Amino acid sequence: MHIAEGFLPPAHAVAWGVASAPFVVHGVRSLTREVRAHPESTLLIGASGAFTFVLSALKLPSVTGSCSHPTGTGLGAILFRPPIMAVLGTITLLFQALLLAHGGLTTLGANVFSMAIVGPWAGYAVYRLLRRFDVPLMVAVFFAAFVADLSTYCVTSVQLALAFPDPSSGFLGALGKFGSIFAVTQVPLAVSEGLLTVLVMRLLVQSSKGELTRLGVFLAGRRSPSGRSATNGTPETPKTNDTNDTNETVAR
Amino acid sequence: MSRNAKINALLLFVVAALAVLPLAFGMGDHKEEPFTGADSEAETAITEIEPDYEPWFSPLYEPPSGEIESALFALQAALGAGVLAYYFGLRRGRRQGELRALAQREDGQAPAAEAPVGAGGSAAGENRPTERA
Repeated sequence: MHIAEGFLPPAHAVAWGVASAPFVVHGVRSLTREVRAHPESTLLIGASGAFTFVLSALKLPSVTGSCSHPTGTGLGAILFRPPIMAVLGTITLLFQALLLAHGGLTTLGANVFSMAIVGPWAGYAVYRLLRRFDVPLMVAVFFAAFVADLSTYCVTSVQLALAFPDPSSGFLGALGKFGSIFAVTQVPLAVSEGLLTVLVMRLLVQSSKGELTRLGVFLAGRRSPSGRSATNGTPETPKTNDTNDTNETVAR
Repeated sequence: MSRNAKINALLLFVVAALAVLPLAFGMGDHKEEPFTGADSEAETAITEIEPDYEPWFSPLYEPPSGEIESALFALQAALGAGVLAYYFGLRRGRRQGELRALAQREDGQAPAAEAPVGAGGSAAGENRPTERA
């Protein structure tokens, strides 16, 4: 999903940068707050970032005859909520832009938007929705990771189609073209990513049950006070915003 | 193998199969260069749509060869895998330590030589080098 360095017109590059920046800034603040409130989270946050590192380095062949890679952002979004994933995803993208010439600094904003913002949020939304309907944890985890992965590549296709509409068939024509390169290639990879995320979540359930409980992972339905409070209320859980104090006490 | 381990192995197997099948069925055969990266295919598509487009910025650093590039990709994967392995190793060790402490407490003051820790043998053994010798 990397848009290569210099391959977005300057106006688009700036616009995506401006769109992404607040999410990343908010993410950094969420991250510092989480680490300050729960220093024991640091290790699992590191592991979530590491998962993204591994998966986005895995270039896998796909049915279209080309190669692409998963993103690994669904796991961290489920565990720590999307704002923190915005930071972890950005770090991964920076590593690849600076050392591997994959993606780039001018296209960082656009790539962050697709991989570190839309992907985690879309995956998290699906996860919460499925859990609200009491779908089993691992099924919800699978679809969250699947959607986080696939939506990232759909956004990339839209970004490129906006910048390079087809001379004859316009935006939609270009969207079809980029979509067939990115989104179709990605379908089996998104399945792989879903399965790998389920695998890691199973290992986490075995090894870190206490931590996952504190993070509210096992709660189906409306997420009740879980201790992650401090970060941010979402549209889905407006309540958590103003009940920080109670959440803290419940968590301890 | 426990049921858990079987399910985990099955998950890995399906992921591996998903990666291998496109190669085995030659799904890249219709292409001049099979299994190139989707990123570079997108670059080609851009130049098809807009032949005059010139990238206006180039990477500050580009790996000088494909080998260096794959080395850096391997580094990225190794860093990630290392941190993940550290995390799970640490967790496992801690859990075993807790189990052992619990078993000891239940046994009263008796030496926990026969502590029913199961897989915790290695962790438990560290503190009793004399018994091992």
